[in-house]
Amino acid sequence: MTKKFPFLILLPAVLLLGTGCPAPQSEHQTITIKGSDTMVQLGQQWAEHYMKEHPDVTIQVTAGGSGNGIAALIDGTTQICQASRSMKDAEKESLKTKRNLEAVETPVALDALAVYVNKENPIKTLTMEQIGKIYLGEITDWKDVGGTPGNIVLYGRENSSGTYDYFKEHVLGGKDFPAKYQALPGTGAVVNAVAQDKRGIGYGGIGYATDIKTIGIAKDAQETAIEPSMANVLNGSYPISRQLYWYTAGPPEGAVKALLDWVLGPEGQKVVSEKGFYPLKGD
Amino acid sequence: MRSSQVVSQLLRVSDMTNRHLRRRQFLDRAAEALILVFASIAIAIIFLIFVYVGREALPLLWGNVDGASIGSTIRPPAEWQPVSSSPRYNVIPLLLGTLKITFIAMLFGTPLALGAALYTSEFAPVRIREWVKPAIELLAGIPSVVMGFFALIVLASWLQTQFGLEFRFNALNAGLALALAIIPIIYTVSEDALTAVPNHYREASLALGASKIQTAVRVVFPAAMPGIGAAMILGFGRAIGETMIVLMASGNAAIMSLSPVASTRTLSATVAAELGEVVFGGGHYRVLFFLGTLLFVVTSVLNWIGDRYNRRMRKKLFGTE
Repeated sequence: MTKKFPFLILLPAVLLLGTGCPAPQSEHQTITIKGSDTMVQLGQQWAEHYMKEHPDVTIQVTAGGSGNGIAALIDGTTQICQASRSMKDAEKESLKTKRNLEAVETPVALDALAVYVNKENPIKTLTMEQIGKIYLGEITDWKDVGGTPGNIVLYGRENSSGTYDYFKEHVLGGKDFPAKYQALPGTGAVVNAVAQDKRGIGYGGIGYATDIKTIGIAKDAQETAIEPSMANVLNGSYPISRQLYWYTAGPPEGAVKALLDWVLGPEGQKVVSEKGFYPLKGD
Repeated sequence: MRSSQVVSQLLRVSDMTNRHLRRRQFLDRAAEALILVFASIAIAIIFLIFVYVGREALPLLWGNVDGASIGSTIRPPAEWQPVSSSPRYNVIPLLLGTLKITFIAMLFGTPLALGAALYTSEFAPVRIREWVKPAIELLAGIPSVVMGFFALIVLASWLQTQFGLEFRFNALNAGLALALAIIPIIYTVSEDALTAVPNHYREASLALGASKIQTAVRVVFPAAMPGIGAAMILGFGRAIGETMIVLMASGNAAIMSLSPVASTRTLSATVAAELGEVVFGGGHYRVLFFLGTLLFVVTSVLNWIGDRYNRRMRKKLFGTE
């Protein structure tokens, strides 16, 4: 007991010290960013670099999904919304009726949606049609697409994810995933599952692809398969790439505008490629 | 002269005790009132949570919200496709998944927890008991997201390689992780029930020549049965409502299947995963709140039944509640 005693005295002292630090002066700015799970790491990286250069700015980045971010923008609880899909008309409308503000969209990076398979899977390429049929449950065996026989195990994201929306819209043509589709919490979980599962297939941002194989995708059986690479995304030949957006309620102003300009500038775009996404204009 | 002095002295003393007593009575009553207020607040909060969650689901009762109604939650086909262009909100696959995983968790959790409770209450020397009991109860303090992560990364790989399972994430994987979460509850409550059995039960049994194990299994265990029943019901309630573990470990595919190694989606995981993106006030939103209400009612009723069992046991053993 006596040994513990000094710590008990120290504890409030340490707490006091913490509050005694020079308080941030008047110009200090806090910017809140919320939205896409796909973009949260990118956003945090941006924030870290930016705050290092601008000590007077604090940036809080949180995830929750594009939809949550947009809802927060509509409610006015975030200044910037990161979204991996564009805002729906209903959402723009609700921002207008609620706060009388226009949603302003700024593309900040490019993302290729990669299709992942296990490293031991001999499959190298698939057509868009094959991927669609696999995820619709119409092709169920790897041998039907030229692989080693075995059931295909489908992994993907929950229906609250912008990535899910995008994939459903652009690969499945808006049709439903089958019941056996396994929805995992986060792209990291999808990548991990495919890395462990020889018969697994998954999809998600290219930036997450470690320890697994990304496959080349052909628009149809006649065309050649295109690898998900920066050049192919920039020239538009890779079939499933998308823009990642920042949304603000009304035109960006002040500190938010300064941050946005920095993100679109060379330093911000360098962070984009570091995190495995593609800068808007290439390197 | 002297006697009147004594009388006045006595009066003064009684006056002091009187004042002292009145002060104590006042303090007692104030404390009682304060506790009553706190307890009422706690109950009111629970009641209000129920009201507000239930209220969001109410429009389903008297109408159709974007194709969702009470009827649509059981209308065939038994498919959960809430974000489809023609949404299907059948909750049967989710209900089946929840019960399946809960059953597996109970199957593995109950014998372990009851065995441990019987051991620490009847057989273990005091020194071991003092270590084992807190250690098991410590399991309850592990955040469920940690257990979910363990199941997602470690347990899933182990099960798949050991048994050559088709699905990496399945009801068995989630059920095993869930068993870890409910063991401390079942253990704590049933251990309390077993130690509450009065010692003269044991003494009488041993005096009649029964062995220690016979006493434990045939006398103490049956005497504590209502409490053990309560423990199992409380564990069951926890398993039904548990969210993070099943969200991470079960694969979340809404399949109609009784197979323990098929990927499975539960009610709680569905609410957690989907509520983030639903249109406020839309059909999907209402159905998710309906699921929440359903979970709330089921777990509340189970807790209530568990409490009744516990009281019944007190009555049986001590004649009072």
